[in-house]
Amino acid sequence: MKYLKYQQLKGESKPYYVFLGILLAIILIGMGATYHMEHNGHWVTGMNNHVVWGMPHVFAIFLIVAASGALNIASISSAFGKTAYKPLSRLSGALAMSLLIGGLTILLLDLGRPDRLIVAMTEFNFTSIFTWNIFLYNGFLAIVAVYLWTMLDRPYNKYTKAAGITAFIWRLILTMGTGSIFGMLISREAYDTALLAPMFIIMSFSFGLAVYMLVLMASYKYSDRELGDFVITKLRKLLGVFIAAVLFMVIIYHMTYLYSAEHRDVSLFVLRNGGAYTTLFWWGQIILGSLIPLLLIYVPAFAANRNMTAVAAILVILGAFAQLYILIIGGQAYPVELFRGYEVSSSFMDGQLIEYAPSLYEVLLGVAGVAISLFAVTFSLKLFHFLPISLADEVTNPHHAK
Amino acid sequence: MSIDKTNNPDNQKRRNFISGTITGSMIAAGAAIAPGIFLTKTAQASRDTTQAASAKNRWGIVIDTTKDVDWNKCVEACNKEHGLGNETQSNELQKTQYIRVVDVKNKSTGYTKSLPVMCQHCEHPPCVDVCPTGASMKREDGIVQVDRHLCIGCRYCMMACPYKARTFVHETLTDQREHTPRGKGCVESCNMCVHRIDAGLKPACVEASEGAMIFGDLNDKNSEISKYLAKVNTRQIRGDLKLNTGVRYKGI
Repeated sequence: MKYLKYQQLKGESKPYYVFLGILLAIILIGMGATYHMEHNGHWVTGMNNHVVWGMPHVFAIFLIVAASGALNIASISSAFGKTAYKPLSRLSGALAMSLLIGGLTILLLDLGRPDRLIVAMTEFNFTSIFTWNIFLYNGFLAIVAVYLWTMLDRPYNKYTKAAGITAFIWRLILTMGTGSIFGMLISREAYDTALLAPMFIIMSFSFGLAVYMLVLMASYKYSDRELGDFVITKLRKLLGVFIAAVLFMVIIYHMTYLYSAEHRDVSLFVLRNGGAYTTLFWWGQIILGSLIPLLLIYVPAFAANRNMTAVAAILVILGAFAQLYILIIGGQAYPVELFRGYEVSSSFMDGQLIEYAPSLYEVLLGVAGVAISLFAVTFSLKLFHFLPISLADEVTNPHHAK
Repeated sequence: MSIDKTNNPDNQKRRNFISGTITGSMIAAGAAIAPGIFLTKTAQASRDTTQAASAKNRWGIVIDTTKDVDWNKCVEACNKEHGLGNETQSNELQKTQYIRVVDVKNKSTGYTKSLPVMCQHCEHPPCVDVCPTGASMKREDGIVQVDRHLCIGCRYCMMACPYKARTFVHETLTDQREHTPRGKGCVESCNMCVHRIDAGLKPACVEASEGAMIFGDLNDKNSEISKYLAKVNTRQIRGDLKLNTGVRYKGI
């Protein structure tokens, strides 16, 4: 096994700056859209008094969930001692921080009063899972920063395992916290279940790894560094397991709901009666986002093709957006039942499915959050020794034939 | 922002302060309609607003849905009291409503009923539990409301409320009532007309309900509402959630 050596991206090439420039432009456009929404008020968005969290939250929750999942690779190395993942750890930490920063930026900018950030940082209500999340998110950034430091600074390498275990436990609690934002809502049929906490953890494994794989593959391709099949194969197989695990949780979620009469309707709404949401579930989340990626990962003809693995990761991300859209938007669009077993109607849309169409501004803010994450991770690769010079099989595979 | 300076209880309070007597307070309350004519009866003594609200009281409302009342009058009274309905940009899904009339129909029998639904002023309010800053708060006397200085507009309380009693200010509003400042980007809801209660008056919807709504102190066994609740079977909407609402219904 060859000696592992890390080096920053040179980051002097034209494509590197063009890429950063494009991301910057997307971020600026997103900030313009945010200004428009904040200046005028949320009436310019598709959100309303019923669907109160719209497209920005779909993006934000995706990034936050993916952030904790992206750290998994480092955890496998540090917390579980799998040395094959060690070369991948630094990028894992950097990506996790970047994704979280992007997601939190969206959440902040979609507030009705983002100018009151100082209130959110100084006034706490500890019965609120949101308050806990403020600490969990900030704590995550701090812990992962220390974790990265122990990896980068040789004299402190001895603390990497301790930092890695801390970060792993923290990230599990963090993702549970994100799932509990929804799980602890008794008011809405689609939520109100403790299942969402473990489900979000499993989702984070899958979403985070898909993003990680794409960033890793792109980084090595465009910096002309070697990325061997050993690493790709390991990550590909891991992604397959995670996709199947998410599917398992989705089945459990719906079985739980179908079993009890009081929740059955909301499950049937997603599975059969929900129109666009049902289409999005079967075609987006299940077929495109889960089954096709599984085929691309496990059918040997596709598995041998690295591009197909990348396609699988992209599809997992698209499926993730479908899943979160159904959960977040569909869960709010579905009527809140004031009187069970009765038909209700009112001037306030009681008993009716709420229509929601995201405005362009919301989408631009969401995309800007993704761009912030990508900008942060791309720029960090130029600043720090995050990427090994080579991830060729002879470097990464201890059993590589000389 | 122009402010309605004529018929609001805050001005009444000032007048009360000047007169310094209970008689003066009654005259001032009546003066809101016409000098010397008392069309309203005070629900309870006005509260000393220099002191914190007391847990000795728990304000509540009981609604008799069996009475043939045009509940829309309650909605109109609420809108007028709080200056609602002045949005110029928001669509129907985005406009504010503190109280609404819900029509309920029994699917199998076809029996229908209408009733007003507003913030139910829960003893264990989910909106207060989830609010990250404590803006969503319950006063000691049971009134649930939003501190508009602390609200960051995260809308988690709107997600959490099982009654969909909360709305979000989607645009800049002008022509507001002094006692109901409505800032863009904040969440708001029925506060049981806390300004009126503090001034010793009943909530606006109760006033407009033609006797179908009784307001009073649930902790006072001798209050009209407590006596009513002791002899009439009433229910809470979504009583299964065990939120112990301050608003109760007869006939649902």
